[in-house]
Parts: sequence; structure tokens; C-alpha cells
Amino acid sequence: MATKLKEVDAVIVGLGWTGGILAKELAAAGLKVVALERGAMRSTDKDFALPNVRDELRYVVRHELMQNTARDTLTVRNNPSQEALPMRRLGSFLPGEVVGGSAVHWSGHTWRWTDMEFKVRSLYEERYGKNFIPEDMTIRDWGITYAELEPYYDRFEYTAAISGKAGNIQGQIQPGGNPFEAPRARDYPLPPLTPILAAEMFTEAAKNNGYHPFPRPSANASRAYTNPDGAKFGPCVYCGYCQRFGCEANAKGSPHIAVIPIAMRNPNFELRTDSWVTKVLKDSDGKRVTGVTYTNVLNGEEFEQPAGMVLLCAYAINNVHLMLLSGIGQPYDPVAQTGVIGKNYCYQTGAGATLFFEGRHFNPFMNAGGSNATIDDFNINWDFDRGPHGFVGGYNMSGGFNTVLPIGYRPVPRGTPQWGKEWKAATAKWYQTAMNIGASGSVMANRYNYYDLDPTYRNAFGQPLMRMTFDYKENEHKLGRHAAQNINAIAKSMNPTRLNEATARTDPWTVVPYQSTHNTGGTIMGTNPRDSAVNKYLQSWDCHNLFLIGANVFVHNASYNPTGPVGALAYWTAEAIKNRYVKNPAPLVPA
Amino acid sequence: MQDESSNARGLKAERLKAEGLGRRDFLKSAVVGGAAATVSLPQNAGAQQAAPAPAAAADAANPGYGFLNLEEAAFVEALVDHMVPADALTPKGTDIGINIFIDRALASGWGKGERLYMQGPWKRGAPSQGYQLPLTPAQLYRAGIAATNAHCRKTYGKPFDRLDEKQREEVLMGLSTGKVTFDDGLPARTFWTTLYQTVMEGMFSDPIYGGNRNKAGWRLIGFPGVIAVHRENIVKYRDKKFPADPVSIADMS
Repeated sequence: MATKLKEVDAVIVGLGWTGGILAKELAAAGLKVVALERGAMRSTDKDFALPNVRDELRYVVRHELMQNTARDTLTVRNNPSQEALPMRRLGSFLPGEVVGGSAVHWSGHTWRWTDMEFKVRSLYEERYGKNFIPEDMTIRDWGITYAELEPYYDRFEYTAAISGKAGNIQGQIQPGGNPFEAPRARDYPLPPLTPILAAEMFTEAAKNNGYHPFPRPSANASRAYTNPDGAKFGPCVYCGYCQRFGCEANAKGSPHIAVIPIAMRNPNFELRTDSWVTKVLKDSDGKRVTGVTYTNVLNGEEFEQPAGMVLLCAYAINNVHLMLLSGIGQPYDPVAQTGVIGKNYCYQTGAGATLFFEGRHFNPFMNAGGSNATIDDFNINWDFDRGPHGFVGGYNMSGGFNTVLPIGYRPVPRGTPQWGKEWKAATAKWYQTAMNIGASGSVMANRYNYYDLDPTYRNAFGQPLMRMTFDYKENEHKLGRHAAQNINAIAKSMNPTRLNEATARTDPWTVVPYQSTHNTGGTIMGTNPRDSAVNKYLQSWDCHNLFLIGANVFVHNASYNPTGPVGALAYWTAEAIKNRYVKNPAPLVPA
Repeated sequence: MQDESSNARGLKAERLKAEGLGRRDFLKSAVVGGAAATVSLPQNAGAQQAAPAPAAAADAANPGYGFLNLEEAAFVEALVDHMVPADALTPKGTDIGINIFIDRALASGWGKGERLYMQGPWKRGAPSQGYQLPLTPAQLYRAGIAATNAHCRKTYGKPFDRLDEKQREEVLMGLSTGKVTFDDGLPARTFWTTLYQTVMEGMFSDPIYGGNRNKAGWRLIGFPGVIAVHRENIVKYRDKKFPADPVSIADMS
């Protein structure tokens, strides 16, 4: 029997970026806030200190900071006719499981998604006609605009210490920045990182090919920095251990330094770690939620935490899972095309080439999370005509390095033996001489890519696992072929000694190897409860005191990393709760 | 219990005899193999280290196995010496402790299936669904070595560690390309994937885990290890060779 605790104003499930932002903002507004985090506390001084943090086996291969699949995982399949089987260990994506969440081990790539995403259906229909969008592609406009989010993007960039170069300040194109970006009120808080050789060579090649390269904006502080809330950042030391590691220099914009300590200093806020939320509770008429149940994973004890408001701020997959486990909203059915919970699960695609230049020294162990140069000519550039290529969406392409360590990164030309003297000689010869060009591509929503509860497999709490049904469709294959061709064209223009060409993927999506921790959708936002789970303020259409904050509200997935809009939407939602909902607890948008 | 184990020993002795090798011979060959490793270590390490006392060298080179049995140890030693042979670039696999890394990894939480979802029902599944065996990595390794040796005995009349270089190469090529299949139903490619990954981990992970001894894997490629700060280096060594004398966790502890 669960022990019933004293009611609080708001309970936050999961303390990463969104939970941290909401905790800080709502506690500052005078609300009594409790955050329940399934993982443990991890701090820079104790846990991410030198030399032990520099351990590829522990953090990259053995997933020290990630979700433990022995306790909870998903089942996966490529289509509804297949039997889903458990993802028995992590591979394709890596949700975090500590205070700070996945934003402890992220690289920091931070983008502003624009109206090219938020108005995706209307833009493509207007330009290419209704038939351009395949029947099963369940994309639509998001019901929010770039102009509405701009101040919140700004807020997030200044909170997370983003280094970058503006490309468009209030409509004025800025040399050296991304000319395709939507107008921003002001520049990034910090100048770009020092470019590495691979990024410079890509920049030159991209320019020579008529494209518009710029430094990738990233939450790696290029200089010492204090954010508007007083959180202090050290300068990035280009250690090469960024992605999948905590930052020992406090240079990476992570919630455990940028927002959570500020919430922790506020007596209105309480954090309970090792607390696994199993269910969101509804009242008898189902119109409101009353709190959550959770288990203390240190001793198995169960609690009920009553709350005036529930904010789901866990990893995107887990937010959707909790909705399905709690029976809130109607589960999505791809055959009847009814229901919304679980709908529009999306992922990302990509392609990459390795270029070898005999005689050059790329020093691939010196880099930051964001030490790449990027082009957006095939992404948010609306002048790029998708018509002849027949796909919706785009891809950003970049050259450079981010956390390439020797267990995982020892490039050799294709055809090299995998072991023996010849392999060793090639490994020694080419390691320093290689650089990569890669593309990250969007994935449009599809009727048959979705989540529901698995009928067979259960987690350590006896609850059904989430079932993920996903595969790439023809749209993504077309995009992938286009990306591979363009990568190879740029690569060849650089005259490498040897080239491992990019190839478009043709196989089904697989749970191995690692691809991207950018899982989106499942409880999508929209303008009405018939085809969305939340309104533009991320408020549940079913229960007005329940908010779902994370990439789970994305209607489709762009080529960009999701954290920019995730952070911006967290501030946007915090404002709506503080300024409107607290005064009048009711739906913020009429259904 | 006792009957069972002595029975198992009897069977093994019979099998070894059938291969023209008695149990005593087998033990002796394993010891000789170990001794060979201890003899070669000071030669490799000598240039950089003060000559260690012979007893200390023996301890460092062969600290003993916590998981692998005699047959498995012989297999792993042969495997890592074949995949990482000695040449001007690095000492051979056993001389840089890849066998020790593997043994410790299999005995560790990872080997015992920590973080692995181990609930049934168990189905083969599609390749896109990833690992689906009801085996921990240690169990997979054990079953895989037994199955590979069974294949070797069937094909060549002796276990993997007694094959010549050409035959070993043939077996590994067969495992890596899927040409070799196991009679007992264990998926050979799944075993190979784990085998290959652990050899690479043993060569390139921090020496704190028992492999990459003297940072030989890092020296091979010029990886500087856990070195702290590249803020100046990133400009100073642009397109220049970084003078890497690699630093490990233990070096900085």
C-alpha cells in the first residue's frame, strides 16, 4: 500500500532540462514544487572529475550515465505485422538516468527550429500541391510559430551558454553565420568555438561548392560565462570527451549546473532522487490529475504524491509511456486512425563519408561537442527545391569531430582487413589522416510509426513495456540518397587520398548501433483534441492540470537536434503556467 | 555432484585423447604458453622501463584468470595473439593484456549481464531487433568458445589454439562472414560480434581494465589518453603531429 504524502502545488517527473527549468521557474513564482528523479544525484566535482571521467569503456561502451535496460526498456519492431521484441541493451539511442538526464551527456548542439517545421504541411501544400505529401505521412502544422518562441529560444541560449555565430539579427544577414536561420533578436551569448582543421577544410570546400558554411551552435562555453541566473561556466578545454560524458570543466550547458542548483537553493523546491514514477493518478471524473505514485528504488517502498499540477518532464519516450500506463487520453490505433497517445513517433536518418588525406594531422582527440562546421543549404533553405527530388524535409551536413575515441573510432579505408598485421599498419597509418562529413536528416511522421503498450513484456515494476513500431519510409530513403550524393560530391571536390563514400541506408531501422538520441512525438501538440494530445502550451487536452514537456510533443522530427525547441518550450510553458494557469486553473486553449 | 563432475572430467580427457593430447599435455602446453608470454614481456617493455625483477614481470604478464577455464584461456590467448600479432608496431595480444582484459570483463558486472534485459519469452527475432539470446556475455563467450572449438575439431581435428596460423585465419574469416555456423544452434555471428568487440576494447580501453598494457594500443595510433586540456593545443598543433606520450587514469591518480 502506497504511503500518501502531503499535497504540493506541482510535482515534476524527471529532472533534466525541462524539469530543471520548470522547477526553477515555478519555485521562484512561489509554488511548492517536488521533483521525482529516477536516477541518482551526480555532480561535477565528485563524479565528473579527472582522471576517472576520461574513461571511454565506462561511459561510452558500458553506458554509465544511461537508462538501465535491465529495469525498463522498450520492445521494438519495424512494422505492425512483426512481433516486437525487447531492446535488451541500449544501442540506437541513449536516454539518461541521473539528475540532469540526457543533458548531462549530450554534446550541446542547439538549434532554433523554424516555421519550416511548425508550418510544414501548409508550406509544402502551398508550393507543391496536396498530392506531394504521401497519404500515410501524418504531418501537419504544429499550432505554434517561430515568432512566438523566439524570446524563449533566446532565454534558453543564454541559460545554456551557447557558443555560435548569428546569421540573421532582426532581418540583417550576418557574415559567417547561418544565412538561412530565422531572424533572432540578438547574437548568441558566446562567440563560436575555435575551429578545428577538419571543420576549416569542410568550410572551404562547402564555400567552393557554393554553399553557406557556419560554425555549429553548441552549449560548449567558448569562454568563461555567467548565465542570467548566476550559474557559472568555465571555458571549454576541447578535451574530446564530450558526448556521453559529464563535463569536468563545467563548460557544457547542462541542467545540473545551469538551472537545477538555482532551484535547489529555493526552499519551495524539493528533489527526491531514486524515485521511479509508475503512474499519474486521475480524479473520479477523469478531468483532472491528482498526483502520481512512485517507488523508492533504494528500498521498494511505494508513495503517492498528491499535487495540484503534474508536469511530465522525463525523457520523451518515458513521458509517452507514463501516459499510456496511466490511461490518460485515447491510445492511438494506426488501423482505425483513432486516438492520439502514441501517435507520430519519429526518429532521424543520416549518411556519412570518411575522407583520408595522407600527410595531414587532424588530431581527432582535440575537439568539443560543437566543433563542427555545418551547412543548411539542404535544410531550412526554402529555395532548395524539393520538387525534383520528391521528399519532404531536409538535412544539415557537417564536417568535423565530436568525441571520437579509440575503442569506437579507428578509421581505415574500406577493404582493410579487420585484424592482423595489415589491419594494425592501416590503423596506425590512417588514424591521424581522416575526417568525416556527415548529414543528419529529418523523419516525417507516418501512420505506421507509433508507440503503444507491449502485450507480453514487462519492466521491473510489473508494468507493460512501451512498444515502438518504426521504420524509414520512401520519403526518408529519397532524402538519404540525396544527402549521400551531396556529401560525396563535396568530399570528392576536396581530393582526398582515399574516400569511404557515404551510402544511403536501405535496410530497416535497427536497434544497433548508436544512431541518435532524438526520439520525438507520441503526445503531439496541436490545435484540437481530435488529432493532438496537448495544446500549444503543452497542456493535456484531457486533464488541464497535466503538462507534458519534451520532444514527445513534436509533430514530426527535423534534421536539427531537438534540445533548442525543447528548452524554449519549457520556458514558454513555465510562463503560461506562472502568468495564466495559476491564476485561472483551466484549459489555456478552448477545446 | 561429485559423480557428475568427475564424469565431465572423464569425458574431457577422452576428448583430449582423441585429439592425440592427454590432459597432462594440455596443462603443460598452457603453462608453456604462459611462460612464453612472461619471457617476451621484458624485451618489449625493456626500452621504456627499468628492468623489472623476473618475479614481478611474471606477475604482471600473467596475473591469472578469474573467469576463463584452461580450454577457454588457451582459446583467448591464441585468438588475441592471432588478431594482434607482434611486429614493430605493437607487442602481441597477450603481451599487452588483451586476454586479461577479456577475462576481467567476463567476470565483471557486464559479463554477468548487468544492464541486460533478461526476461523471456526468448525469440530469435529479426536482425534489426538486436541481441535476443538468453545468455549473459560471459555465458555467450563460454558457449561460443566451446562451439568454435567443436567446429575446429570437426574440421581440423584439433581445437582453435592448436591450429596453425592459416587455419586460425580461416576460422576467424568464417566466423566474421557468417560462413561458419554452429551445430548447437548458437548464432556464430552474434558470438563473433562480441568476441571482436572485446578484443578491440582490450586493445584500446584504459589500461586500468587490464588490457592496453603500457598503452600499446594508444601508442599505435598516437592517442594521448586522458590528457586534460587542449585549449592551447588546438591552435598550436593544428595539422601537426601531437607529441603523444599517452597518459592513463592510473598515471594521473
